Amino acid sequence: MNKLQECISLLIILARALAISLLFKLSDVSAQSFDLSGQVALELRGFPDKSLLPGQVEGAQFSSFLEPEYRWRSSDRNSLLKFTPFVRVDTVDDKRTHFDIREANWLKIAGDWEFLVGATRIFWGVTESRHLVNIINQIDAVEDIDEEAFLGQPMAKISRQTDIGRFELFLMTGFRERTFAGPDGRLRTPLPVKTGDAVYENSAKEWHPDFALRYSHFFGDFDIGLHVFRGINREPSLVLSSDAQNFIPHYSVITQAGIDLQFTRDAWLWKLEGIVREGQGDAFAATVAGLEYTFFQVAESDIDLGLIVEGLYDGRDKLNFADIQSKQIFPTIYDKDIFLGARLALNDVQDSSILAGFVTDIVDGPATLRVEAERRLGQHMKIELIGQAFFEDNPINPVSFFRQDSFVTLRVSRFF
Amino acid sequence: MLALKARIQFNPYKYVIFAGVLVLASFAHSPASAEDLDQKGYDVAARNDRSDRGFNNSRVELEMVLKNASGAESRRVLEQSTLELPDESVGDKNLIVFFSPADIEGTALLSYAKILDPDDQWLYLPALKRVKRISSKNKSGPFVGSEFAFEDITGQELEKYEYTWLREEACGELTCDVVERRPLYRDSGYTRQIGWVDQTDYQTRKLEYYDRKGSLLKTQLFEDYKLYDDKYWRAQVWRMENHQTGKSTDLFFKEYKFDIDLSDKDFVTGVLSRQR
Repeated sequence: MNKLQECISLLIILARALAISLLFKLSDVSAQSFDLSGQVALELRGFPDKSLLPGQVEGAQFSSFLEPEYRWRSSDRNSLLKFTPFVRVDTVDDKRTHFDIREANWLKIAGDWEFLVGATRIFWGVTESRHLVNIINQIDAVEDIDEEAFLGQPMAKISRQTDIGRFELFLMTGFRERTFAGPDGRLRTPLPVKTGDAVYENSAKEWHPDFALRYSHFFGDFDIGLHVFRGINREPSLVLSSDAQNFIPHYSVITQAGIDLQFTRDAWLWKLEGIVREGQGDAFAATVAGLEYTFFQVAESDIDLGLIVEGLYDGRDKLNFADIQSKQIFPTIYDKDIFLGARLALNDVQDSSILAGFVTDIVDGPATLRVEAERRLGQHMKIELIGQAFFEDNPINPVSFFRQDSFVTLRVSRFF
Repeated sequence: MLALKARIQFNPYKYVIFAGVLVLASFAHSPASAEDLDQKGYDVAARNDRSDRGFNNSRVELEMVLKNASGAESRRVLEQSTLELPDESVGDKNLIVFFSPADIEGTALLSYAKILDPDDQWLYLPALKRVKRISSKNKSGPFVGSEFAFEDITGQELEKYEYTWLREEACGELTCDVVERRPLYRDSGYTRQIGWVDQTDYQTRKLEYYDRKGSLLKTQLFEDYKLYDDKYWRAQVWRMENHQTGKSTDLFFKEYKFDIDLSDKDFVTGVLSRQR
């Protein structure tokens, strides 16, 4: 534990040292401000089952990450600079040891207009089980399989707020390849994905100009978002390499249109996300739709219990495991699935909460259960426990790659 | 405008009340009818409410100190921006941004207060950079683990309550009107609140909250009033004590800034990600 503490302090000192020449924190909220904040975490991931594939880590995987954030804001708050590097060191998987710039951008606000230049992350969407419409950023898939960590995307973004809603135009280039676990890692495809050797089905490769347009607003109890995207697909197709030892990620140019919609009334949230995509195999549609109901202050306590049901549909051909040798595959696991979730918020001083989610394929039954619990410790620490189990006997679904990879992650973070 | 409307509404009844009072007075020594006391309570509340209005918009940083029954402390620092809408039949717009604890830094809550309908609320979660429209049914739930309920923070609109004037009594060096108010909006955790409003500056000095069973739940004290721009009184300290759990939450406000050029466009979901 002492070593752990030392390690944490050292990392924080390191982050501070980077800022020390610039850092002067002003307490007056209206003045120009320079801030440093961030997170450093230690992570232990345990796999109780023996690995499916030779060479994969057995037992425990130890890992650590640092994500400092440097911010500057002008005194009129109309000009903001942000720099957020991220580095993870993994003791087992070389591919999971990685560096990224989550944010490095300049934001200028001019009345109803907003201009952003640089790398940033954008989130769109309303559903819990899958973030279907969220297409701007590449998924940092080595972080976790929940598809909630994203790589910074370089862009120029222009936004305008009007009385009828917000319009945002994204011009992007410098495409980011999806990260995948290396041969030593768990939670991977049967053959490792060879990142760095990606094949682009366009001549400009990763410098292809991508663009997106988004409109968002609310009308009474309805919140709506609409988008169109034309550019390199964030979701690769995986193609067997010529030596049949690896998968090569193939990225095609797609056109996508989508909607996200939420209706909020009383303790009910009704949610819908839908896309149509052209350019990755046959044109197809995918949707996630569902609802969330919250019981507030259960049994006269401060605890809230939310129940979530979502249905998932993806129009792409169902993958047959036997076809892997001959055919490219898409890493989608949601063809006809149902998600059941529960969210327990204790609403205590430590913000303790537990989130449980169960996804099953309604056609052939492979299933996964994920539980996330978190609690603040004191003023600066947080402890998280994440467990996910895979239930799969009949290996015809991509999720069956993970059938020996049920895991428990313990993460202790220090925020500064 | 609404003050006028309220009076117009009350007018037709006044004759009836007056007649009733005359009839009653001839039988008993009734000093004032229930309706008169309600009107007086409303007038005290309205005078209190309007003494703070006209600031257009404001911003203040505050520290929240949470204490449990054994005295252990936990702190939060947040910034609250308010956009006042001149029409009293529409509530204010409010933006709360958390600076600490560090793990929730940048978390923001945007609310459009309504009078009797549920508020519109959006929560911004910086870890995923996600904006979530949330249910505002949870009025009586604790605000970030504190002894303040959501409705204690956002519920201070005049027309959200009905009033009854109770009595006049000394409050410190001042004299206060003691007024009971009962929430008219749904999902409140309270049956009634009793407020002490002074007769000099028309400011609330103390507020008692009674739970759904009618028992005294909490007492809130408003201390260190400061006059800004010779017009607006603001208590620099709020103390909330929960009598049933022994926990308390104190709010320490820093310098308020008024009329700082905020508009509707600063209170939209699109700006939530740029608050830190």
